[in-house]
Amino acid sequence: MTIKGKAYIAGIYEHPTRHAPDKSTAQLHAEVAKGAIEDAGLTKDDIDGYFCAGDAPGGLWPMVDYLGLNTKKLRHVDSTETGGCSYLIHLGHAAEAIAAGKCSVALVTLAGKPRTGPMPPRASGAEADFELAYGATTHNAYGMCAMRHMHDYGTTSEQLAWIKVAASHHAQYNPHAMLKEVVTVEDVLNSPMISDPLHRMDCCVVTDGGGAMIVTTPEIAKSLKKPLVRLIGHGEAMKGPRGGKDLDLTYSAGVWSGPRAFEEAGVTPKDIKYASIYDSFTITVLMQLEDLGFCKKGEGGKFVADGNLISGVGKLPFNTDGGGLCSNHPVNRGGMTKILEAVRQLRGEAHPKVQVKNCDLAIAHGTGGLLGVRHAASTCILERA
Amino acid sequence: MSEAKKYNAPVTNPETAPFWEAAKAGKFMIKRCTTCGEAHYFPRAICPFCFSDKTVWEESSGEATVYTYSLMRKSPTGPYAIAYVTLKEGPSLQTNIVDCDLETVKIGQKVKVVWKPTDGAPLPFFTPA
Repeated sequence: MTIKGKAYIAGIYEHPTRHAPDKSTAQLHAEVAKGAIEDAGLTKDDIDGYFCAGDAPGGLWPMVDYLGLNTKKLRHVDSTETGGCSYLIHLGHAAEAIAAGKCSVALVTLAGKPRTGPMPPRASGAEADFELAYGATTHNAYGMCAMRHMHDYGTTSEQLAWIKVAASHHAQYNPHAMLKEVVTVEDVLNSPMISDPLHRMDCCVVTDGGGAMIVTTPEIAKSLKKPLVRLIGHGEAMKGPRGGKDLDLTYSAGVWSGPRAFEEAGVTPKDIKYASIYDSFTITVLMQLEDLGFCKKGEGGKFVADGNLISGVGKLPFNTDGGGLCSNHPVNRGGMTKILEAVRQLRGEAHPKVQVKNCDLAIAHGTGGLLGVRHAASTCILERA
Repeated sequence: MSEAKKYNAPVTNPETAPFWEAAKAGKFMIKRCTTCGEAHYFPRAICPFCFSDKTVWEESSGEATVYTYSLMRKSPTGPYAIAYVTLKEGPSLQTNIVDCDLETVKIGQKVKVVWKPTDGAPLPFFTPA
C-alpha cells in the first residue's frame, strides 16, 4: 500500500506570536488548532483523528479533553515523539491512517513557550550513565557534526554562513519573523562563537508559539475552498552511535528517509521547486541537503554558497518564511513550520517577494533529537493537486 | 577548565554494575561479543550488532583518538570540550577532553582515559596522551 495522494493538507495555521508570557501552553495548542480548523473551513466536531508530541501538556488524554474534541467521533490518535520532526512523521502517519480508513479529518498540533520558562530536561535512555556527564546540548552536538564535516570535506564557516544569509533575505518579508534584518556572511562570522565551529548566527531562534494542520481525505479536501495540496511521499528513519561502530557524524538519518519519500512520490530532488529544510543550525541544512540528494556528500558547502538558497536568486529556494534561523522555532521544534511554509508555497500564499513561480512540488524535511548523538529524520514530498 | 566541577554519581543497574565496579579499580571496560567478535560501548547484555547474548567484559587500553569535538563556550559551569573519541579496540564514545588547554584539542589527537571522582563510582574522561 502507498500513501501517495491519499491524504491532503486542508488547513494550516502558524501562531503569529514569538513570545507568549500571557498564555498557557495548552491555550497555544487550542489557538493553533482553532486556526487550522478555521483555515480548512471545518469545525472541531469534524475531527476524528488527533496527533500530538512531547510538547503537548500531559500528552494525548489531557489534550483531547482540554481541547474538547468530540470523543464519540475521535477514533485515531498518535503521540509519536521524535523531537522536532515529530510533526513530519505525524503527517505521514495521518496519511497512513486516512488511507487505511482509520480517520478522515486529522488534527496535528504543536505549541509551547521555551522563551517564557525553562523546558523540561530531555528524557534519556540506557545511555544516561555513560553520556549525561559530558554535557551534550543541541549547540555542541551539532557543533561536533560541523567540525567533522569541515575536517572530512573542507566545508567552511563562510559556506555555512550563506545559509543564514539566505534565511535572512526571506525573513525580511515576514512580518511575524523574530529577526527581520538582512545579514551578511561577515555578520555571521563576527557573531560570538557559541560552540565551535558554530557562531551565534549559525543557531536558530528560540520562540514561544506553535502551529497546526488538518490532514484529510481527497474527497473532503475537494469539498473545501482551499487550494489542494497533497502528500505523495513520506519517509522516516533513525540514527545513533549504535555501540560506537563505524561512527560517522557527517550524515543524518535523512540518507534513509529521503530516498524512501522520493521513491514513493516517484520524483527526484531535481524536480523539487521549493524546499523546507529544518534549520536548527546552519550545519543541519547543509547536511540534510546532501543527505536528500540535492548535491553530493561533501559538496553541500559549495551548493549553499553565493545565495543558491535565496528565492528568485538561487536554484533551490528554501525556508521562504525565514525558517528557524530567523522567523520561528516554536518549542525548539521546527518540523511543523517546515510543513506550513511548504503548503503556503504550493497554495501560492507565500509572500509575493519569495513566492516560487509555478510551485507545484515541494519537500518538507527535518530531524529531531541531537544530530550528533541520536536523532530521527522525516521527509515529506508535497504536491499541488 | 574549572577543576572543581562536580559530577553526579552514575545510577548504575544490574546490566552495567560490573563496568562501574571495575571503574573503581581504575579499569575501563568495554563489552565484546564472542559470537560476532565485535566490541561495543556503552555496555549491553545483548550484542547490538548480531543480537547474541554471548557478550563478555574486556579491559580497554583506554587509548583513543579524537574523532570530533566542539568547544562549548557558553555554559554556566564554564567552557568544556565535548568529543567523540575512537578507542584502540574500535568503538567510539562520547566524552569530554579534560585537563588541557581546550583551545588545543584537535581531530586526530591521541588521548587516554582519565577518571573523575563522584560520590559513587568515578566517571571516565579523556586527556591528551
